[in-house]
Amino acid sequence: MRRFLPLALLALLAIAPAPAQAQNAGMPQPLGDRGQPDAAELEMRALLRGEPIAGRISIPDAQAAKLIQPEGQQWRAFHNRTLAWIGGVAVLGMAALLGLFFALKGRIRIGGGWSGRRMQRFNLLERANHWMVASTFIILGLSGLNLTFGRHLLLPLVGPEAFTAISLAGKFAHNYLAFPFTLGLVVMLLLWVRDNIPNRLDLDWVKAGGGFVGGQHPKAGRFNAGQKLVFWITVLGGGLVAVSGYVLIFPFTVADVAGQQVAHMVHSLLAVLMVAAMLAHIYIGSLGMEGAFQAMGSGEVDYNWAKEHHGLWVEQELAKARQSTAPTGAKAAGAD
Amino acid sequence: MARMKFLCDSDRCIECNACVTACKNEHEVPWGINRRRVVTINDGKPGERSISMACMHCTDAPCAAVCPVSCFYTTADAIVLHDKDLCIGCGYCFYACPFGAPQYPRVGNFGGRGKMDKCTYCAGGPQQDNSPVEYIQYGSNRIAEGKLPLCAEMCSTKALLAGDGEIIASIYRERVQQRGYGSGAWGWRTAYREELAV
Repeated sequence: MRRFLPLALLALLAIAPAPAQAQNAGMPQPLGDRGQPDAAELEMRALLRGEPIAGRISIPDAQAAKLIQPEGQQWRAFHNRTLAWIGGVAVLGMAALLGLFFALKGRIRIGGGWSGRRMQRFNLLERANHWMVASTFIILGLSGLNLTFGRHLLLPLVGPEAFTAISLAGKFAHNYLAFPFTLGLVVMLLLWVRDNIPNRLDLDWVKAGGGFVGGQHPKAGRFNAGQKLVFWITVLGGGLVAVSGYVLIFPFTVADVAGQQVAHMVHSLLAVLMVAAMLAHIYIGSLGMEGAFQAMGSGEVDYNWAKEHHGLWVEQELAKARQSTAPTGAKAAGAD
Repeated sequence: MARMKFLCDSDRCIECNACVTACKNEHEVPWGINRRRVVTINDGKPGERSISMACMHCTDAPCAAVCPVSCFYTTADAIVLHDKDLCIGCGYCFYACPFGAPQYPRVGNFGGRGKMDKCTYCAGGPQQDNSPVEYIQYGSNRIAEGKLPLCAEMCSTKALLAGDGEIIASIYRERVQQRGYGSGAWGWRTAYREELAV
């Protein structure tokens, strides 16, 4: 046995370096030696690739293993410039457009005047759900806009302490009201999706400019194309805003910091566009059109208003009403 | 006034985590919050390097740029601090920070975050220097006592340097020239938009 030991060692020596060299070839070269990429070079590459420099860490927080994350710089540019510009232009631009429209065309009146007869358009559940979504949306929207624009608009007016108190209350409201808002979206989808499926009539409605230009009222069922658009903006846009919001409200449960940056971009961008769209919805549902608010107010709209804007729906409702007043087997009073 | 910076000489760092421990102890940082950490890249491979990382006190700090309530400020020594009485714990500074410096205590529901906490460069906060209320909110204020951050002061291999940027850069340059190699100043390009030429 003794005799073979030196031989075995020799053999080991002969074999060992070969795999070691092969291994080294595939390994990254040692850092820090002259001619090798140093920290500044690696940071530059990470920035250009948009990938973090990461390693291993011995504390339980696995997120901390990222040494440098360059994506934050893009997120900063998005938050401070892109979002501020898109949000500002969308919201102020929409407000200006609505103001201009009101100045030029004024309030859209009921063509035939008030008839004095009313018919039910939205029942209590529909109205309650609408106002739950609407009221939470307004608070969510204002507290969200505050995070982007508040420091420029509100902070100089009220001072840092009051602004923090407002923003902190806004943060809590934003977090908690997200839940009734989402519930309302689901109920809204279940209640109204049936009447919001796009069809051929919507094309005609769009071609006729929705009656806003020309003054002719295009035919429409329970919801016209514009209302369908508002519905789908609310359900799909609001749904995406809600989902991305839940990614942010539970930090690191579904996404790391890069995922949260993306979630924030989706959330904030869709949200400011929705605020702009809802400004138009609020305008036409209140100041912009005579007889429209009653639909969501008392739930009963004027018969003439309904005939002008939702003629096909009125016909359907009347047909239903005629059926229900004369069930089969019913006899006129005094007939027996 | 000095321009305070951190520089981690990763050719000297032995990942002993004494800086992390010193920081936690000095400021009584609560469980789950790390103002400083040591990251090892290329672990177990040739070119392995350990880097001690905390808030780098950036020039044009991203945290301050995105903060919705403007709670950040920069001291005369170019140290980036924040006012916890103004912070609302929204998490935006964490999205923007290249170094993962902002930390949040978990409070209450839905991963609800408390006031942000981060490395203060041992310079406390906006409260009265070395007052009990400053200590509770931000930890000790060694800068006000004329001392440098404890993490760097007690680094066993003197890998972590803290102090005026010019001075620590010249110390590092001398080292690199003497030993013939150096992997550079980690985070300097990102934080200070400058490279440390050796």
